[in-house]
Amino acid sequence: MDLGQTVVNHTTPRRCGPYARLHCGANITSQAPRYSCFVRWRSIMQLNDYDPGDFYDELFIAPGKPRLEAIPLIERLCNLSPTELKRRHEAAQIALFKLGVTFNVYSDNQGSERILPFDIIPRIVAMDAWQKLDTGLKQRIQALNLFLADIYGNQKILNDRIIPRELIESASGYLPACQGLKPPGDIWCHITGTDLVRDRQGEWFVLEDNLRCPSGVSYVLENRRVMKSSFPVVFDMMKIQPVEEYPNYLLETLLNLASPAISDPTVVVLTPGMYNSAYFEHSFLAQQMGVELVEGRDLVVVDGYVKMRTTKGLKRVDVIYRRIDDLFIDPLVFRSDSALGVPGLMEVYRSGKVAIANALGTGVADDKVIYAYVPEMIRYYLGEEPILANVPTYLCWEPKQQSHVLANLDKLVVKAADESGGYGMLVGPHSTAAEQASFAEKIKAHPRKYIAQPTLSLSRVPTLLGDRYTGCHVDLRPYVLYGKDIYVNPGGLTRVALKPGSLVVNSSQGGGSKDTWVV
Amino acid sequence: MLSRVADSIYWLNRYVERAENIARFIDVNLMLLLDALPDAAQQWEPLVLTTGDLPLFQERYGEATADNVIRFLTFDTSYPNSILSCLRSARENARSVREIISSEMWEQVNAFYLMVNEADQSRYVMELSDFFHQVKLSSHLFAGVMDATMTHNEGWHFGQIGRRLERADKTARILDVKYFILLPSLRYVGSMLDNIQWMALLKSASAYEMYRKRGGHRLCPTAIAEFLILDPEFPRSIRFCVTQVERSLHEIMGTPIGTWSTTIERTLGKLRTDLDYLTIEDIIQSGLHENLDDLQLRMNLVGGAIGETFFAFESPSMAISA
Repeated sequence: MDLGQTVVNHTTPRRCGPYARLHCGANITSQAPRYSCFVRWRSIMQLNDYDPGDFYDELFIAPGKPRLEAIPLIERLCNLSPTELKRRHEAAQIALFKLGVTFNVYSDNQGSERILPFDIIPRIVAMDAWQKLDTGLKQRIQALNLFLADIYGNQKILNDRIIPRELIESASGYLPACQGLKPPGDIWCHITGTDLVRDRQGEWFVLEDNLRCPSGVSYVLENRRVMKSSFPVVFDMMKIQPVEEYPNYLLETLLNLASPAISDPTVVVLTPGMYNSAYFEHSFLAQQMGVELVEGRDLVVVDGYVKMRTTKGLKRVDVIYRRIDDLFIDPLVFRSDSALGVPGLMEVYRSGKVAIANALGTGVADDKVIYAYVPEMIRYYLGEEPILANVPTYLCWEPKQQSHVLANLDKLVVKAADESGGYGMLVGPHSTAAEQASFAEKIKAHPRKYIAQPTLSLSRVPTLLGDRYTGCHVDLRPYVLYGKDIYVNPGGLTRVALKPGSLVVNSSQGGGSKDTWVV
Repeated sequence: MLSRVADSIYWLNRYVERAENIARFIDVNLMLLLDALPDAAQQWEPLVLTTGDLPLFQERYGEATADNVIRFLTFDTSYPNSILSCLRSARENARSVREIISSEMWEQVNAFYLMVNEADQSRYVMELSDFFHQVKLSSHLFAGVMDATMTHNEGWHFGQIGRRLERADKTARILDVKYFILLPSLRYVGSMLDNIQWMALLKSASAYEMYRKRGGHRLCPTAIAEFLILDPEFPRSIRFCVTQVERSLHEIMGTPIGTWSTTIERTLGKLRTDLDYLTIEDIIQSGLHENLDDLQLRMNLVGGAIGETFFAFESPSMAISA
């Protein structure tokens, strides 16, 4: 049969090996202008039409005048022809779709998925501004963590009357079942995704703390991966802080929760399943950390431990990174109709035989009425002045503040205290008289349920819409991990409102995302 | 490995293999249509018969014309074993274990699904041949990608078990149905039509060329049955598949072949040994159809026992969005 080998098989030729490519890359870099003639791009590119307008623009000070930290990027953008830029923009979308960085729009047997629209023009945060955010976020998370330990412990802050007790007890995120809980190291909020915004003057404000199961970090990592292949030259020129270490820090944070007596702890990511809108992220994080992704039906409580069903029998689980809301996690304690959770989990958690991140009950601090007290918490627990400001917040349960809100419904943003994701809110300046009247009724009927804030003029970033650059409003969600120390991932998810003029950046409301560069 | 994950990898592979086999069956039959043969040779009903879903087909489509059968087996989304439904299920299974399988596997199964889903269903069926070719290639590509990019660990072996069991089952079914139809037609024996039909059977199992090469060369019904059931080296023969399944099972269990600690090892071991020591004469003597029926039954038992031993968990409950 064998007629003898006539073809000589070669190993891969060396000439085109990695060194050749490296050399090639260096050539491209040396051809790219480094901070060269500013004038040149003005004549070439449409970015010179771009008008930052009467807003704080993250890339431009004035028309044709980029911020110092954005100059290398703008120069590069201007050296690319509009067609080329458009091509890269489209290539980036395709890359994200192929990577499967998708969220589910609705669930049916078609498995319908969409990518979060991605804009190729990044948002840049200068290092000095970032350092302030970094220390401010650490301070805030530390205070919030002390607050959670206190609320489910001795309740000093309530006994000292800094926060009225009835506000806590009426908060929908407050779980009496967690009273007396002692999570490992007394850490409650291991993973936080704080929403920040900037006003017309460029001042930073905290909009929401998101201490339950903040999502979106997978976009940060995948957007960065795509951006690196879209703008390798810019990355080479600018010293952009890397975000890629997040999964390592996350794994460390989780391992830190296991009892030191366990030599090789088993960590799992608990997902509601593949029809959940953030399923891609759950799967992605499990993969990046090399741990099992489990559903509630994979776990079972046996002999006082949480175990997972494997092909080799039951295996003990030590740390659960849960991406299921508190109320669904154990049908014996919380919602009895939940099929997503694990019956008996709470009992094991109480006994300390399994650790859960984030701890149960953290949602109490996400209540927008409680949020208003965070600056007080920082002063109370840390004896410091807050580094990051809250958005001024009017509490409708206080009669004086309520009448101010009712008199100014056309100017304020009214939000339900226990909702997020852009639901249940009234944006005063964009609302009709009828909508305002209906909200006024709701506020009067349930004052505890509503807060109001001034309409902020959010900062903007030029964004490619069609063939033009349009200034679009953005917010920023950096991710903070609380393990042995507090770590702030340098970057974060910049969400952008893709409808011109819109202030709502949530993905459920037509928002998109941008890469965030700390330089 | 999580039971649910093992279950998904197993089914992912079964569905991909199933789609490939259906595509091959249809394609071979389509090719026959192009030859000038008597109408008696236009056998579309047996194709549905191989799937075991003939009553369902008759209820929905009535007459087994080429058009009806192809639409039913290829694009009918309400029929769970159509090519499109298989790919949809394969993809859903893959999606639920994306962090376990390699990204290349996911991309391939996703692209495979999109290719089938976006195929122009309105085309004249005679023009679908290149589509079926694509389906076969995509399945081979998936198997190759899985082999080359995924660690050959427990999960990989569950995948292999799924693929081989499905393949053995399909070989048994096509042989059973075709043999049954071809054998009574004594008036055709040795005729051109007869030979073409036997060639078609071999091609349905991608076995034509390999059969010719194995020595003996001539198309002889007994030798064809022997090749498809008992050949130790042809990758679609029942014996070959069952031997591979047993190997993967023992890799998973960490036990030597020939020993057993669970019912599944014993059930499978008995099946494999029977195939090792049977001759085609034994099989013909006790009835080919009866033997093939029995093989299918025993392979189903193996499939069931694998489910009970490794995948058993509470039935998936209704998802409530959190």
